[in-house]
Amino acid sequence: MTETPLIGGAVQAPVDTRLAGARIGVVTFPGTLDDRDASRAVRLSGATAVDLWHADTVLADVDAVIIPGGFSYGDYLRAGAISRFAPLMAKIIDAANSDAKLPVLGICNGFQILTEAHLLPGSMIKNDHLKFLCRDQVLRVENNTTAWTNAYAAGQDITVVLKNQDGQYIADEKTLDALEAEGRVAFRYVGHNPNGSRRDIAGISNAAGNVVGLMPHPEHAVETGYGPAHTGTDGLGFFNSVLNTLLGDK
Amino acid sequence: MSEISTESTKKFNIDTVENAAATPGVELPWAELGLKQNEFDDVVKVLGRRPTAAELAMYSVMWSEHCSYKSSKNHLSQFGKKVTEEMKKDMLVGIGENAGVTNLGDGWAVTFKIESHNSPSMIEPYQGAATGIGGIVRDIISMGARPVAVMDPLRFGAIDHPDTARVMHGAVAGIGGYGNSLGLPNIGGEMVFDAVYQGNPLVNALAVGVMRHEDIRLANASGKGNKVVLFGARTGGDGIGGASILSSESFDDTKPSKRPAVQVGDPFAEKVLIECCLELFKGSLVEGIQDLGAAGISCATSELASNGDGGMEVELTSVLLRDPSLTPGEILMSESQERMMAVVSPANVAAFEAVMDKWAVEYSWLGEVTDTGRLIIKWDGAVIVDVDPRTVAHDGPVYDRPYARPDWQDALQADVFNGSTADAGRPTTVDELKAAVLELIASPNMCSKDWITNQYDRYVGGNTAMAFPDDAGVIRVDEETGLGVALATDANGRYTFLDPYHGAQLALAEAYRNVATSGAIPMAVSDCLNFGSPEDPDVMWQLAEAIRGLSDACMVLGIPVTGGNVSLYNQTGSTPIHPTPVVAVLGKFDDVARRTPSGWAEDGQAIYLLGTTADDMDGSEWANLRGHLGGLPPAVDLERERELGQILINASRDGMIDSAHDLSEGGLAAALVESALRFNTGARVALDEVAARDGVDTFTLLFSETQGRAIVAVPRSEEVRFNDMCTARRFPVSRIGVVDAAGGALDLQGLFSAPLEELREAHEGTLPKYFG
Amino acid sequence: MPRIVVDVMLKPEILDPQGKAIVGALPRLGFTAFPSVRQGKRFELFVDGEVTEEILAQAREAAETMLSNPVIEDVVNIEVVAD
Repeated sequence: MTETPLIGGAVQAPVDTRLAGARIGVVTFPGTLDDRDASRAVRLSGATAVDLWHADTVLADVDAVIIPGGFSYGDYLRAGAISRFAPLMAKIIDAANSDAKLPVLGICNGFQILTEAHLLPGSMIKNDHLKFLCRDQVLRVENNTTAWTNAYAAGQDITVVLKNQDGQYIADEKTLDALEAEGRVAFRYVGHNPNGSRRDIAGISNAAGNVVGLMPHPEHAVETGYGPAHTGTDGLGFFNSVLNTLLGDK
Repeated sequence: MSEISTESTKKFNIDTVENAAATPGVELPWAELGLKQNEFDDVVKVLGRRPTAAELAMYSVMWSEHCSYKSSKNHLSQFGKKVTEEMKKDMLVGIGENAGVTNLGDGWAVTFKIESHNSPSMIEPYQGAATGIGGIVRDIISMGARPVAVMDPLRFGAIDHPDTARVMHGAVAGIGGYGNSLGLPNIGGEMVFDAVYQGNPLVNALAVGVMRHEDIRLANASGKGNKVVLFGARTGGDGIGGASILSSESFDDTKPSKRPAVQVGDPFAEKVLIECCLELFKGSLVEGIQDLGAAGISCATSELASNGDGGMEVELTSVLLRDPSLTPGEILMSESQERMMAVVSPANVAAFEAVMDKWAVEYSWLGEVTDTGRLIIKWDGAVIVDVDPRTVAHDGPVYDRPYARPDWQDALQADVFNGSTADAGRPTTVDELKAAVLELIASPNMCSKDWITNQYDRYVGGNTAMAFPDDAGVIRVDEETGLGVALATDANGRYTFLDPYHGAQLALAEAYRNVATSGAIPMAVSDCLNFGSPEDPDVMWQLAEAIRGLSDACMVLGIPVTGGNVSLYNQTGSTPIHPTPVVAVLGKFDDVARRTPSGWAEDGQAIYLLGTTADDMDGSEWANLRGHLGGLPPAVDLERERELGQILINASRDGMIDSAHDLSEGGLAAALVESALRFNTGARVALDEVAARDGVDTFTLLFSETQGRAIVAVPRSEEVRFNDMCTARRFPVSRIGVVDAAGGALDLQGLFSAPLEELREAHEGTLPKYFG
Repeated sequence: MPRIVVDVMLKPEILDPQGKAIVGALPRLGFTAFPSVRQGKRFELFVDGEVTEEILAQAREAAETMLSNPVIEDVVNIEVVAD
């Protein structure tokens, strides 16, 4: 038996000096909450985190973008509905759809913003049990070929944090069938569907695989002792994946 | 901009200072505003004339019990007096400011405070609880700190009373809805059900924030010519309470719209306000800052002015309004949420405005700091308030309310549980003991609180090292060094009812023990004193005794009270709640990596029980389950608590223990089950030896609530060292078992073995059963 | 199936954070004609058969006691829609 790991003990110094050259933008909207957490996860993976402000009109030469969780604009109107029209979002939408295929990850509220922006299909409604739910959640990696999942094994189970109010993923049957057929279901809930999401879907990607959105929070599972009990760092794979993508390793 | 625009000219009968001086005979509604005759006479004496309507509004809210602490002030002063130099050494800011500030070392400081929001939460539980979180968080911001976590001790009526679900659902959703939207992890609290809280639920909220020493901000307005600005949400009629009471401010043409009795919180506005304030602090753009809570602009202007150079002049028509029908007095009294007032030097005005614009926060410049010693408030240029701000903010009435030990107290204390009719059929057989353990851990107060805590975000911020159900919440402050803080809140209304002096001390002892159990060094105390009416001598005695007990105990434990709040009149008719002093203790970690979780995890580790067990069933959860409340609460031994704390802290620092859980309500039985369920890891435990040593039967060993006890899990390699430490400190310790990961059960040898699933089902089933 | 439509709004004097956030966002998209927005709730109570006076009375009571929180909300409209 190993000793209970010390908090922070598992963080490795980056071994690849090319990593720090990768600039990953983290967008802050009014009401964004997990931006510092996403930046920390980027740093722990060895890359450079770049703060982006919703009102910015340029993307500051970033190589990838994370839209973090929170309650941007209080989730008022609909989650993500007001943020979707931020000036920076126009740039992100263009860059994601361009030939350069900017990698974009939307976490929780970020996922909601990506669906409102039509970068990803479907939408999120209130959890089926109608309450905010915070728990450690097991996910299955269904597609390990996207820009944000290639560091995982296909079918791998990972434990990350889930915390949301409007987390029930819905789409019409045709869209769901298409997502399944095209392998665009990136993550599924395992063991317990925590919010009534259709077909246990926790996260999806666009057709090109550069845009990924999910409700759970990988950035809260990157440091031993500060995430899910007794596991802790399963979320780092997201940030390692995008570095693989950017550095051409995969 | 947003909202309905304000009409620039309003037709009120403005009661100016000049008019007040010329019309001494005008009848004023001071009684409707809650002032007593002697208090109104004092106002007239202070001013040398009758107050204007606006002045009356200010004095009435600032001299209320809630703002002036007029019934408790005489007693509360003990917290400032019973303090040694040693206790003061880490106190950077003491009682009296928005929240006390404690030095953490390495240039870091921490500020924390607990407050009540009881009566608003009874009227509208969601908004009451939400705005409770909002208010305490603004207190923390106004010290210059970044808020980093919240906690919420809750007390509701009987779990099966029809109204309890309303309050429970609303309050929990409100705390979650507001706190989750702020990005502040909720790391702990309490949940107690008792019929005494049926008409008076207690919704207390704690917030903690951290800052660098140089960022500490105080609520004072200094520097003649500096500008006074109000920013954040617009001012509406919130919290003024029903009718327009200031009848002398009648309208010429329109009738005032109805004033909302409920304040609605806007967590998004608060989140933006937090970030906006932190940016102001970072740029050193404010000289002084004050949040607007109870008594709104009355409080902010009078406190800022009296704590500074002593003068301020503001133009009230500059206040941005949500409801244009508000009268000057109402604007001064409004408790609209998410507002702040700051003092800004002229050189920083442009930079200040740039920060406001970046975050799209509305602001308006109201006036400036003067050196006249007067707080002057104008309405369209006419002076409607001209007062010495100290008389409003600090020189309110102080009452030495009569108090006496209730004549029923002796009979209550004589009514012990042992041998009472409620004690008939005390469990003795193995089957009865198992059933008793299952009943205890499923009971409303001892059951799992996951149903509540799963509705709160405990992870946001990425610095939560421990959270409920661990004994204390632990937050990392410095990512480089691991410097961090631990926090626990505790209270036991039954203990305090039986003996207010010792009951308050027991609350402190438990919070202290919880912090030490996590491995942190206790440093400071904040308290929220929830009591009935101070006009009842019985209640006043409870309050006086609780404050005396708490302040005495703080001296012994060497940790100062740095702030807090008093909530009185928590009673329905003539029936008060149990006296409920909720005590929060803050502790410090040099490195949170050393924190000790409350559950077993590693197979084969030895389980030790620290402390001895006496027959302390009076006031216990078991007696409560049997409908009995009488006798004396467990004895307080603060020296022993301190010794136990030292052992737990040293053992954590030196890596001698991997788990620790304090024994409190529910005794050893509850602690064993909770330790097993925390990480789903069972144990084999033998109780005969320790029962024989302490001379108690198995039932008493399992259910007694003797203080100064904890169970710890010790790796095999550390057992000698751990035993040596306890022996050297002459602290009683007994090896009672071994962690058994494979067994999947809590095996009380010679008694019964309970599978963890069975325990979990009992423990976790209760709240969902009642609340869905 | 006929429906009884119930509209619930926050009382005018109560802060509406959602309306406030929306009114702040509208001008950014060029919608400048709306100085104020308030957001409400619409309920549709489906009725099996004819909407009698008694059923309507029930709907009114449900609207006042359950669909709205009289402390902070008003029922601003109840109407029958037959399709």
